[in-house]
Amino acid sequence: MIDDFLLRALLGGLGVALIAGPFGSFVVWRRLAYFGDTLSHSALLGVALGFLLHTNLTVGIIVICQLLAILLFYSQRQRELASDTMLGIFAHGALSLGLVTLAFMRDVRIDLVAYLFGDILAISNSDLGWIFIGGGAALVCLLWIWKPLLAITIHEDLARVEGIPVDRINWMFLGLIALIVAVMMKVVGMLLVTALLIIPAATARRFAGNPEVMAVIASIIGCLAVCLGLYGSFQWDTPTGPTIVVAACIIFTLGFLLPRGLFLKGQ
Amino acid sequence: MNLSRQPLLEVFAVDLILGKRLLLEKVNLKIGPGEILTVIGPNGAGKTTLIRVALGLQKPTTGTVKRQPGLSIGYMPQRLHLDPTLPLTVKRFMALACQNDLVKISALLSEVGAAHVIDSAVQTLSGGELQRVLLARALVREPELLVLDEPVQGVDVHGQVELYQLISRIRNQRGCAVLMVSHDLHLVMAATDQVLCLNRHICCSGSPESVTNDPAFVELFGSAAVQSMAVYVHDKNHHHDHCESCGRSSSND
Repeated sequence: MIDDFLLRALLGGLGVALIAGPFGSFVVWRRLAYFGDTLSHSALLGVALGFLLHTNLTVGIIVICQLLAILLFYSQRQRELASDTMLGIFAHGALSLGLVTLAFMRDVRIDLVAYLFGDILAISNSDLGWIFIGGGAALVCLLWIWKPLLAITIHEDLARVEGIPVDRINWMFLGLIALIVAVMMKVVGMLLVTALLIIPAATARRFAGNPEVMAVIASIIGCLAVCLGLYGSFQWDTPTGPTIVVAACIIFTLGFLLPRGLFLKGQ
Repeated sequence: MNLSRQPLLEVFAVDLILGKRLLLEKVNLKIGPGEILTVIGPNGAGKTTLIRVALGLQKPTTGTVKRQPGLSIGYMPQRLHLDPTLPLTVKRFMALACQNDLVKISALLSEVGAAHVIDSAVQTLSGGELQRVLLARALVREPELLVLDEPVQGVDVHGQVELYQLISRIRNQRGCAVLMVSHDLHLVMAATDQVLCLNRHICCSGSPESVTNDPAFVELFGSAAVQSMAVYVHDKNHHHDHCESCGRSSSND
């Protein structure tokens, strides 16, 4: 009935969509869309690192994403340049540096398009392992810090006065974002990772009355987009990652036709 | 002074330099149990910065900040920048600080006169409602010291008077000390024990009556403002001889 690679693609896509819901909600609430984008742009550098050190490429990507997250955290403490300028410099600098580094490695041939836009149909069992074990662990950690992270998102100083270890929680959150960006990349590619984080969350906003419901609805919408995108891509022979994002955008648009607060418990 | 000798919080000889800017210079502040201390000063005088130093959110360059061990502080921030995409009701906002204790949440919201907004989204509150909810949140941990940064911001004049009355009432009922920041002069004068007039350094401090008579205060705020304040503090002997200099200083705005 379902070919093996298609089942793997479906499982991988659904796994990524489930993770993306709660994380994407925080990305939207904390206005970190550009931050996520910057992290994902460094992926090629991680691939190069993976080849250089002869390790798993996903490990290379995770390491580079984590390093960049640390660098971004400290660069935002300077006041000379606005943070979106800094992020832009890092994003395009990292992307170009990755491309140039790979060009120097003459014996390495990679499928660039697969990294840029994802190659969900080529998902391996080890990729699935990364998504479900790595991503799952990230999700558990997020649930663990959920309440303090929410308090920090609402007002950082207030959270600090109330005794929440703000810096530690922020660090954990940025580390987790770096991890899931690296994991999600396989499905939608580095250029579209942020799309899968923010579009379902933004769609869910209209229908949610509290943060948790919004995160859950975002996951469901993400799963729906993955299913529709896979189907569409198979039907019309279109690239899968972009088709999933197109599906997400269509759902986002249709969301405006539904009444606000559809899933709100009569408040 | 019938206050106990031990201050709840003491800021001593604090200088703060950020980058190359001197934000606070030799600032002292002391607040005892049950006392209301108001920090006033023009925009950019470092009022919020001083509050952040007192709360331990900002490390001073030199000087010390001493808080009584185990002091419970309720903090009301100046603004709440809540992204419109975050679905958050007032109830949930309160619950973040007190574990979904609905009875307590309702009681606190009633105490500040905001019981009717318990199920509203935080982003839809009016200025006055939001300030009341923030005040209720600051009360969650039964604070001995309330720190309020511009508590009447974004509230119309009528509402401001009400809010200051509410703050006095809370102090009287709960016996907590209040450290607050304000840049409006006259309304606050009726509701405070001590005034600290800040313009990077401390211009003057003391009771409202003594401060409004201080030449440094008149210099800082201009005579028109000070005169309109006389209504509130019933100042008998106004010093008109400062008017010339303050006319000049206020024209710099």
